[in-house]
Amino acid sequence: MGVEGVGARVARKEDKRFLTGKGRYTDDMVVPGMKYGYFVRSPHAHAKIKSIDISAAKAMPGVIDALDGKQLLADGIGNLICGWMIHSKDGSAMKMGAWRPLAVETVRYVGDAVAIVIADSLDEARDAAEAVVVDYEELPAVIEAVDALKPGAPQIHPEAANNLIFDWEIGDAAAADQAIAQAEHVIEVDIVNNRLSPNAMEPRATLGIYDAGDDHYTCYTTSQNPHLARLVMSAFYNVAPENKLRVIAPDVGGGFGSKIYIYPEEIVCLWASKKTGVPVKWTADRTEAFLTDAHGRDHVSKVKMAFDADNRITALKVDTIANLGAYMSLFSSCVPTYLYATLLSGQYDIPAIHANVRTVYTNTAPVDAYRGAGRPEATYLLERTMETAARELGISPAELRRKNFIRSFPHQTPVILNYDAGDYEASLNAAMQAADWNGFAARKEEASQRDMKRGIGMSCYIEACGLAPSQAVGSLGAGVGLWESAEVRVNAVGTVEVLTGSHSHGQGHETTFAQLVAGRLGVPIDSISIVHGDTDKVQMGMGTYGSRSGAVGMSAVAKALDKVEAKAKKIAAHLMEADESDIVIENGELKVAGTDKTLPWFQVALAAYTAHNLPAGMEPGLKETAFYDPSNFTFPAGCYICEVEVDPETGTTKIVQFVAADDFGNIINPMIVEGQVHGGLAQGIGQALLEGVHYDESGQLLTASYMDYAMPRADDLPSFDLSHQNTPCPSNPLGVKGCGEAGAIGSPPALMNAITDAIGNNMLTMPATPQKVWMAARATH
Amino acid sequence: MAKVKLTVNGRAVSGDCEERTLLVHFIRERLGLTGTHVGCDTTQCGTCVVHMDGKSVKSCTILAVQASGSSVTTIEGLAANGELHPVQAAFKEHHGLQCGFCTPGMVMTAVDMINRHGGQLDEQTVRQELEGNICRCTGYHNIVKAVLSANAEMHGGAKQAAE
Ligand code: FES
Ligand code: FES
Repeated sequence: MGVEGVGARVARKEDKRFLTGKGRYTDDMVVPGMKYGYFVRSPHAHAKIKSIDISAAKAMPGVIDALDGKQLLADGIGNLICGWMIHSKDGSAMKMGAWRPLAVETVRYVGDAVAIVIADSLDEARDAAEAVVVDYEELPAVIEAVDALKPGAPQIHPEAANNLIFDWEIGDAAAADQAIAQAEHVIEVDIVNNRLSPNAMEPRATLGIYDAGDDHYTCYTTSQNPHLARLVMSAFYNVAPENKLRVIAPDVGGGFGSKIYIYPEEIVCLWASKKTGVPVKWTADRTEAFLTDAHGRDHVSKVKMAFDADNRITALKVDTIANLGAYMSLFSSCVPTYLYATLLSGQYDIPAIHANVRTVYTNTAPVDAYRGAGRPEATYLLERTMETAARELGISPAELRRKNFIRSFPHQTPVILNYDAGDYEASLNAAMQAADWNGFAARKEEASQRDMKRGIGMSCYIEACGLAPSQAVGSLGAGVGLWESAEVRVNAVGTVEVLTGSHSHGQGHETTFAQLVAGRLGVPIDSISIVHGDTDKVQMGMGTYGSRSGAVGMSAVAKALDKVEAKAKKIAAHLMEADESDIVIENGELKVAGTDKTLPWFQVALAAYTAHNLPAGMEPGLKETAFYDPSNFTFPAGCYICEVEVDPETGTTKIVQFVAADDFGNIINPMIVEGQVHGGLAQGIGQALLEGVHYDESGQLLTASYMDYAMPRADDLPSFDLSHQNTPCPSNPLGVKGCGEAGAIGSPPALMNAITDAIGNNMLTMPATPQKVWMAARATH
Repeated sequence: MAKVKLTVNGRAVSGDCEERTLLVHFIRERLGLTGTHVGCDTTQCGTCVVHMDGKSVKSCTILAVQASGSSVTTIEGLAANGELHPVQAAFKEHHGLQCGFCTPGMVMTAVDMINRHGGQLDEQTVRQELEGNICRCTGYHNIVKAVLSANAEMHGGAKQAAE
C-alpha cells in the first residue's frame, strides 16, 4: 500500500494554496456587477419595532436599494427552522417562536437583523445603513437562563409560556432516586458550563447571485454543510427551488460548529439579489460575528452522584437548564438533549441515571452546537463530579475512576447509547505514565519551596461521533438522515476523482480521503482529487460536524471503492483470461494471484472507457456511487492529565504539563489527527482559562471584540504530549472513530480539576481568570 | 479621492481610492491579492499582516494613502521562482496550518520574527512574539514547531553559506 496510504504521515495536499495566498474563501469571490450588503441590526436586546424608515438610506450615494422584513415577508420567504423535534416529558411538542430572517414586529437580541442596505461599495452601504431610521419601543430583557424561568420574567415569544421551550427527561427517575436514598455517600455539586463564542478566524460571509436569464440562484457561503443549506433554503425558506439553487462552500476558514447552521444572512442575500438584480455579498465583521454567530454551551446544572460503601457509583441524577438564546437555531434542541444527556454515563458503569433538561429563551444570541456539542457539557459535569467525589471520599481520583470503569463491551448504558469497544484503563495508564503521576508529590513540594501552588487534575472523557443510524435518529426527532454519500470516478487514464458529501474546513480531507484511495489502489496520491462543497458537483451530502467525516464520510468512499474495485477486477480477469476471484489490486496493478500476469491500473481504466473488449453485457465506464448509513455511533475516549502552577500572589495559572492519551481507533493520518487534538485542546483550555461570552443585564454584549473576548494566544498555551491507544471501531469498515472534538471535550475538566487541586478550593467556575483564582485561593485560608 | 503609488511584490502599482480606504482593502479589492485576510476590526488577529519596507505591519491598521511610496510584500510575493519560502515549507512539513485562514498572516509575522532575531529564537520567544496573531485551529503547537524549524534552517543555511 506504499507510504501514502492509511496510517501514513502524509503532508497535506491542500497546504500549498493556503501557504501562497491562493486559497479561495467566500469573501475572496468577485463576480461581475457584484454589490455589497450591510445589515441594519438591533441595538436593543428586546424591543418592539414601531416603524422602519428606509427612504433616507435609499437616497444615499451609491445605494442600490434598502430592504426590510415586511418586503421579505410579502415575498413569501419563510421563517428559520429548528430541525430536531423534541417533546417535553408531558408529551407536548417543543415551543418554537418565529424567527424571521429580518425582524418585523419584535427584535429579541442585540444584533437581530431588521434591514439590509445594498450599495456599490461596503463603505457606502455602511454609511447608508446609518441612515435607516428604526423607531423602537424598548422592552425589558432577560439574559440568564435561570432568570428566564422565574415568574414575571419578560416573555420573549408568545408561543413559549415562561420562556420554557421544553422540559425533557431521560433515564429512570425512580431508580435513581431510590439508589440515592439507599446510598452510602451522596455527592452534590453545582456545575456551570460557560457560554462561548466559536470564533472561526474567517468571519461568516455569503454571496447571493440570481441569474434572471436562467432563473437560477447561486449561493457562495461559509458553510460546513452546503447540501443541507440548499435543502433547507428550498424546502423551508422558499428562497429558491432546489433544482435552481446551487450552494458552494469554497475554502472555509474554520467552522467548529458555527457554520453548520443556516443564518438569516444567506437567505436575505439570495432574496435581495433577485429583488435588486445584482449579486449581493455580505461579510461579517468581527463584532457582527460575536453578536450573531451561534454561541456554544451555557448550561447550569445540579448534580447528585451516589456511591456504595465500596465507592462504586450507584446512581447519577442531573437537573440542567440550558440557554438557547433568542431563537431556536437549526440543531439547538438536540445539543442539550441527545448529544448531552446520553453521554452522562461517561466511561463508568452507572446502574441508574436520570437527567432532566429544561431549555429556555433569553434575549441573547442563539446557542447551538460548538466543538463537541453537548459532549463537553456532559464530560465537564461528570469529571468535575468525579473529582469532587474523590476528594470527599478520600480516595485517589485515578483509583475512583479505575474502580468504576466499564470493562466489558458492548455495554448498554441506561441512557440509550450502546458502547461498542474501548479500553479506558489503557488510556488512563498511558496518561498517568506520561504525566509521571507518581512523581507529582515531589514536584508539588519543590514548587511550594518557590511559594507556588502546584496541582494535578485528570479527566476521562467519552464522546459519541458519527451520529447514526438514520432510522434511530429519526425516531429521536431528527429532521434529516445521518448517512453520507460518495462517488469514485476513475478517469480513462487511471486518475481518480472522489466526490464526497463531507466538507473540509481545515480538517485536511483532500489528503486523508486521497490516502484511502491511494492505499487501496496503490496509485500515487497526486493522481487523486477530492471534490466537495458544491451542490452542482456532488449530488447530496450531510456535511462535516460531530467528527463524522472519517467514520461516515470515508466509510462511504470505502463502499464506493469496493464497487469500483469489483468492476475493475471483472475487467482485468476478462483481459487476462483469469478467474475474477484470483485478481488482486496492489501497487497500481491488477495481478492474477500466483502468476506473473499483471495489468497496470491505468490500462484497466482505459479498457473500461474504450469498451473495445469488456465482459459480455458490461456497461462501459468505471464510476460508482455509495450511500453509507452506519449501524451505530462510534465512541472515541481517552484520558487527559493537566498539571498547573498557580501563583498565589497574582492568581495566574500556568500550565506546566498537558498530557493527552486518546483512543480514536484506527488512524488515517497521525499528523492530521495530532493537529486536530492540538486545536481541540486549545479550545478547551481557552474555555477553562480565558473565554466567556458576557452580556450586561440589559442584554448588551460586553465581549463583542477581541479586545474583550479573551482568545487563547500562543503564549497562553503549552506544547502538548500526545499518545494513542487504538481499539478499532467494530461498526464501520475502516475501524475509525473520530478525533476532531476530543481535545475540546476532555480538557476543561482536567484543567479545572488541576487548578482546584492546586488552590484547595473546589468552588471555582470557568473561566478560571486570575482574579477568580486569586479570590478562591484566599478563601481557602 | 487620493492617489496611491506602491510597489507590491516587486511590481509598481498605482490607483485612486477614498482617503478612508485601508491598505488591506486596497490590496484585496483593488489588486485582487486575496491572500491577505481580514479577521477582525480591532487590530488583534493578525490575519492581515504584510511587510512594508521589510517590516511586518497589520494592513488593516494602515491607510492605503499612508502606505503610498512604500514597498509592500504580501503572502503572494513570498515564494520565489515557484519554490516555497523556508517558512512556508516548514509550515507544510510541521502541519502548522489547518483551515489556512490565519496562515498568510502567521507566515508573514514569522518571516519578520526570524529576520529580526538573527537565529536566536526559542519556544518562549516565538510564543510571545506571536501575540498579535490568533489561530483558532492549530492550538499553536505546530506553528511554534514550524517557526523554530524554519529559523534553524534559515540561519543554519546562512551560516554555512558565509563560511
Ligand atoms: S484584520 Fe485583524 S489584525 Fe488586521
Ligand atoms: S489554521 Fe485556521 S485559524 Fe489558523
